[in-house]
Amino acid sequence: MAGAATFSGMKAALILIGKRFASSLLTLLLVSMTIFVIAQLLPGDAAQEALGQSATAEQVAALRHEMGLDRPAPVRYASWLSGMVSGDPGQSLVANMPVAEVISSRLPNSLLLAALTALIAVPAALAIGIGSAMNRGGRIDRALNITTLSMVAVPEFLVATIAVLLFSVELRWLPSIALVSDEMSWGEYLRGVAMPILTLSVVVIAQMARMTRAAVIDQMDRPYVEMAVLKGVAPVQVVLKHIMPNAIAPIVNAMALSLSYLLGGAVIVETIFNYPGLASLMVNAVTSRDMPLLQACAMIFCAAYLILMLIADVTAILANPRLRAQ
Amino acid sequence: MIAVSLQKAKALPLSGKIGLMLVIFWLAIALFGPMLAPYPVGAFVAYDVFDGYSAAHWLGSDYLGRDVLSRLLSGARYTVGLAAAAAMLASATGTALALTAAVGGPRVDEPLSRFMDMLISIPSKIFSLVLVAAFGSSLPLLLLIAAITYVPGNYRIARALAVNLVQMDYVQVAKARGEGRFHIAIAEVLPNMIHPLLADFGLRFVFIVLLLSGLSFLGLGVQPPDADLGSLVRENISGLGEGALAILAPAVAIATLTVGVNLLIDALPGRGKGR
Repeated sequence: MAGAATFSGMKAALILIGKRFASSLLTLLLVSMTIFVIAQLLPGDAAQEALGQSATAEQVAALRHEMGLDRPAPVRYASWLSGMVSGDPGQSLVANMPVAEVISSRLPNSLLLAALTALIAVPAALAIGIGSAMNRGGRIDRALNITTLSMVAVPEFLVATIAVLLFSVELRWLPSIALVSDEMSWGEYLRGVAMPILTLSVVVIAQMARMTRAAVIDQMDRPYVEMAVLKGVAPVQVVLKHIMPNAIAPIVNAMALSLSYLLGGAVIVETIFNYPGLASLMVNAVTSRDMPLLQACAMIFCAAYLILMLIADVTAILANPRLRAQ
Repeated sequence: MIAVSLQKAKALPLSGKIGLMLVIFWLAIALFGPMLAPYPVGAFVAYDVFDGYSAAHWLGSDYLGRDVLSRLLSGARYTVGLAAAAAMLASATGTALALTAAVGGPRVDEPLSRFMDMLISIPSKIFSLVLVAAFGSSLPLLLLIAAITYVPGNYRIARALAVNLVQMDYVQVAKARGEGRFHIAIAEVLPNMIHPLLADFGLRFVFIVLLLSGLSFLGLGVQPPDADLGSLVRENISGLGEGALAILAPAVAIATLTVGVNLLIDALPGRGKGR
């Protein structure tokens, strides 16, 4: 009986997750259309750009034909999209290399930076969030509230500037530029990226801690917690044994949502520390108006964002007791 | 009116009072800053670059020997003015569309909401970078880009509020009375969602200040000879190694502005939830 119930619950959850996944894919498709359309609004095109002002109209037309730019927009969109999907998003105009090659040299750096930041930010945010929830209304809670509230509004470059002043100018512990190369040992690499990670963590931790606190407090107001408190269970035990199992899904949800802040933060942080990641590549693509490269970078960021949102929603679905018990 | 506002201000917790004071301070600087500047904005007045503070130059000198305080006082106008205008445009557009969706029925609501959901799933910095690449970054375009980027967020909140209000009895009564949709949206629904919308406006303002200073910091925002606070950080970045006041001062200025608004919104009673 119980087995059957869980099975049908599982099935309902799987169907919901399937639907959610399909809608993410659809959204990604629509996003790709939007980005393509915006990129087409650029006055002049790649052929014009490549030949410069002095080119005759015939030369431009010839190159345009050669590059396939004279085809109607839907055809160009279709060929760009199929290129994206098959891993060949075209030729970078500035680097004169396939976009795939340029990106593949940068993407691992960004992923590593994001992973290391998450590794530091998640435990720190959990500790701050749970700690301040347990002290709700108290002095520590209020102090942490004001601190995290302020940290989410501080621009990344201020955090980075202060970090550089403190750790590389005053204390001379860390380099102010994150030089990364293949020959570096792990220790050297970590020293190089310590400050980018630190800067990114500050904003992400603040965001995450606020959401964690909200999730834990939401559980604290439930009758079962009151029951446990009345039974005389120690506060730490109430949080670990009673609240955490129920709050874990909202917390994972909050983590996924706040990790999406990494995507925006990385744009500033990678640039200020000269870190060779995807975000600084994208900024260069904007400066040089390298549209194929820019479109590909934007798509990767949007896909990453959608994946994080998907994780957040799927944990929410899996955690819904109505679905598990059905 | 003023007495009521004063009383409300007194009722704020300490953090809210600090926030309010910071907001008033920056509004005053945005309005009167250039008049207070001790030196002309572009004048080379110091003998040394990246000077520390002195009686003649309170915030030192920048990478070309210009007075940092004077540049900051006139830069604040761009940051506050652009962001306020963009936040107003974003809030007005988002709320107008949300009201249209709420009173227009599913045929208007569905496609509009799907479209906004799609836009909201593009991270805002990434979206604005694509827009800057396509359109360029003159001042009116920056204003427009920042506004477009934050319309979907405001739409989502305003629509959630409006859809709830449309179900209320008094709106149903107005409908039965034969009032037109426009009247219902403007006279019945809008006045009842103004408070959470104001809190949302504050949040949009903070996001837009951070976005625009971020863009300027990347060299993609306000272009020379104009300079907002983000540009001031960028142009003095070479002074980072010597810990120049010229780079720290504008960055701290942005932070006090955004933190001030955030503290004020957080202290407001019955602020809108979510973002």
